[in-house]
Amino acid sequence: MDIHEYQAKEILAKFGVGVPPGALAYSPEQAAYRAREIGGDIWVVKAQIHAGGRGKAGGVKVCNSDTEIVEICENLFGSKLVTHQTDSNGKGVYRVYVEGGVPIDREIYLGFVLDRSSQRVMIVASAEGGMEIEDISENKPESIIRSTVEPAVGLQDFQCRQIAFKLGINPALTQCMVRTLQGCYRAFREHDATMVEINPLVITRDNRILALDAKMTFDDNALFRHPHISELRDKSQEDPRESRAADRGLSYVGLEGNIGCIVNGAGLAMATMDTIKLAGGEPANFLDIGGGATPERVAKAFRLVMSDDNVQAVLVNIFAGINRCDWVAEGVVQALHEVQVNVPVIVRLAGTNVEEGQKILANSGLPIIRAKTLMEAAERSVQAWQSFSVGETKQRVTK
Amino acid sequence: MSILIDRNTPVIVQGITGKMARFHTEDMVKYGTNVVGGVVPGKGGMEVEGLPVFDTVADAVENTGAEASLVFVPPPFAADSIMEAADAGIKYSVCITDGIPAQDMIRVKRYMYRYPLERRMVLTGPNCAGTISPGKALLGIMPGHIYLQGNIGIVSRSGTLGYEAAAQLKAHGIGVSTSVGIGGDPINGSSFKDILQRFKDDDETDVICMIGEIGGPQEAEAAAYLKEHIKKPVVAYVAGMTAPKGRTMGHAGAIISAFGESASEKVEILSAAGVTVAPNPAVIGDTIAKVMKQKALT
Repeated sequence: MDIHEYQAKEILAKFGVGVPPGALAYSPEQAAYRAREIGGDIWVVKAQIHAGGRGKAGGVKVCNSDTEIVEICENLFGSKLVTHQTDSNGKGVYRVYVEGGVPIDREIYLGFVLDRSSQRVMIVASAEGGMEIEDISENKPESIIRSTVEPAVGLQDFQCRQIAFKLGINPALTQCMVRTLQGCYRAFREHDATMVEINPLVITRDNRILALDAKMTFDDNALFRHPHISELRDKSQEDPRESRAADRGLSYVGLEGNIGCIVNGAGLAMATMDTIKLAGGEPANFLDIGGGATPERVAKAFRLVMSDDNVQAVLVNIFAGINRCDWVAEGVVQALHEVQVNVPVIVRLAGTNVEEGQKILANSGLPIIRAKTLMEAAERSVQAWQSFSVGETKQRVTK
Repeated sequence: MSILIDRNTPVIVQGITGKMARFHTEDMVKYGTNVVGGVVPGKGGMEVEGLPVFDTVADAVENTGAEASLVFVPPPFAADSIMEAADAGIKYSVCITDGIPAQDMIRVKRYMYRYPLERRMVLTGPNCAGTISPGKALLGIMPGHIYLQGNIGIVSRSGTLGYEAAAQLKAHGIGVSTSVGIGGDPINGSSFKDILQRFKDDDETDVICMIGEIGGPQEAEAAAYLKEHIKKPVVAYVAGMTAPKGRTMGHAGAIISAFGESASEKVEILSAAGVTVAPNPAVIGDTIAKVMKQKALT
């Protein structure tokens, strides 16, 4: 789960990480008022969205007056920011964060991640702050400093000092850097984060270390023990289809194709998408309905897939292991009676009692296209989608 | 002797009183697995499916001589149960539970390393379908009847894709020595490499089938290992060619976040290591059959 920059800063500040003075605003007037509260004569107005690359997309602006703040906020509020990390629809701006300007001496990249090779928490730092970490590792790989944390004892101060010295930070600031790194690690550890990224971490001309930007991502699997983090979820930043799916306990990722997919198992779901692509189609979504393909779950899945207007065919691919194909087939038939599905439906069943399952589909009186193998299912889906979309276009023309 | 489990391996089920655990315990017993009991704290003395339930894994080991465990404990408490098994002297544990926090798994792995190698528990999963040595024993939730007994070793992150491979092999009349699910989580008990090492020394396995997916470094690590150490033919498939970058595809670990983690990069790395890569999931069985023919294996 992602949270906003201002929320990440609030959390990090509690763990002793320095942040510039700032305040949240829900309207242009509020932004101007809060800037006055902060004081000073230079402010940065930052759109709060769950994606990086805001600066280039026009979501971060330096302002020198109240009127400028109001003007910029009027454009930002309600707009959609498209950055390299969002899809083509972008993310809506409903909150802005106003921060007092700080005199920057140098910028550092600092990240805490779950490193899957060492299976530990890893600190990644670079003197090339402000650049995306992908660009740093491509252009300045030698500048990257890595340090892994021994889980039994946690991050040690000497590791923090090593990082500070390698970054060439003024020795007078070493202790401050240790405090910053330890604070980030504790925030990461205690909230079950999967990422803390401060880019840039700045050293000001008056020798302070401040997080100028902050991003935190949390482990969805650990939210059960962090209700205060769950509260920070912002549905306005999620794909509405995905929010609906998550609320129904289904694992769904919206894509931009036309063939909806309903599959059991994440690996098989990805493999099904790949086969559709191979057959010349584009999947509309990833959807794993999990191990138990109960009629209720299948019906939920159909509703979800059909809520995407781009869907012009639905492929159901179930490998019935423990649950039998005849039972899954009954579920599909029941779901198709409950949910209005006006596009071709292709069903491939495999596993236990496959013949009985096929029979139930055949005798259902529903126009279900059946397939035996994964390849056949994908090919038939693509054919069905193509003829359906031709029919749709003709209809539109004759209208 | 198959890898990890055999006909006689005494097995306990942790969390045996749950609905899903009861169902699969019955299924495993039917398959012929030597299930000797279960563990649920506070329910010691009970019986489930005619099997004794113990309060602690240590009690179960003492009374039944259990060597393997299957963990069905809910996510908030699963890590604790795995560590309990490791401490009680269980040699091999399979964790089915999906949704264990990643930092819990970091602690589990660190904890397991407290023990010297000779008494260190082997863990597969979490978030996996389990391990089966067809005709011998089933330690997991897979449907036993889709596997023929044979000489192909399967190692897969995904459960249902592993089934798909086994079913395709069965259609060719080809069987499986052992199939191991390593699970879809970012921090897992055993990696591809760990299982490949076992298949390498297993005289019942002639061909290895490796089913990977996007995300994480373990396919690339396996490629480097098998290039140097494995003479047996390896066939692989990698799911997620169409998966977008930076999105989690169902499995917590299926997310492309670094170089070498996309499906196409993994295919490239595996091919370069001499692995025959099945171009799509529908031809995993065909590809293995072809390789066996080339090598004149039956």
